[in-house]
Amino acid sequence: MTLEILTFGIARDIIGSSFLTIEMTEGTTVNDLKRQILALYPRFIALSSLMIAVNAEYGNETTVLHKGDEIALIPPVSGG
Amino acid sequence: MIDIQLLSTPLSISACEAFVESPEVGGAVVFIGTVRNKTAAKTVTRLEFESYKPMAINEMRKIAERALSTFSVFKICIHHRIGILDIGEIPVVIAVSAPHRGAAFDACEFCIDELKKTVPIWKKEIFEDGEVWVAAHP
Repeated sequence: MTLEILTFGIARDIIGSSFLTIEMTEGTTVNDLKRQILALYPRFIALSSLMIAVNAEYGNETTVLHKGDEIALIPPVSGG
Repeated sequence: MIDIQLLSTPLSISACEAFVESPEVGGAVVFIGTVRNKTAAKTVTRLEFESYKPMAINEMRKIAERALSTFSVFKICIHHRIGILDIGEIPVVIAVSAPHRGAAFDACEFCIDELKKTVPIWKKEIFEDGEVWVAAHP
């Protein structure tokens, strides 16, 4: 299945686009996606953290992703 | 009662104060974040804020709801700005009112501390000779 992923802040700079599509197998979890992104874009390894949001909520490692989910890469936040 | 806003226009401190006013209130605490001109020894020329808007609003609301259930406070207003901000401008205002001041101070501090940890808003510091996403690297 094709996952469509939003990127923000330094994640957008690393990927070079505000939008990323990745082909993953059915049943893929947040952890699987994160490992795939780290493999494709090793610059993420140097960040303090990398979270993945699913439908505008923080996903945990075992959250299963589905086609059509709104997925976003959340690099270290720095509001305020 | 909670008021959460993510705005691309200048924030109004008086609007936040007005939201938390009420006859039941014994005191209100207002935190005003401002853009500082230096990070360590480097001169900052401006900040650029961006957000994942629907999630940022959700997360700010969750923080305010947790503060309301944790502290004896009455109303909470969190306004955050995005876009380009110059030195001295205001990226965030948090107003909290309570029957007694202690809870208002505690809840206001809780809200800004949690906002910095969980709300998907990012700021880039622009220097004369470069730029950096704040807190991105350890």
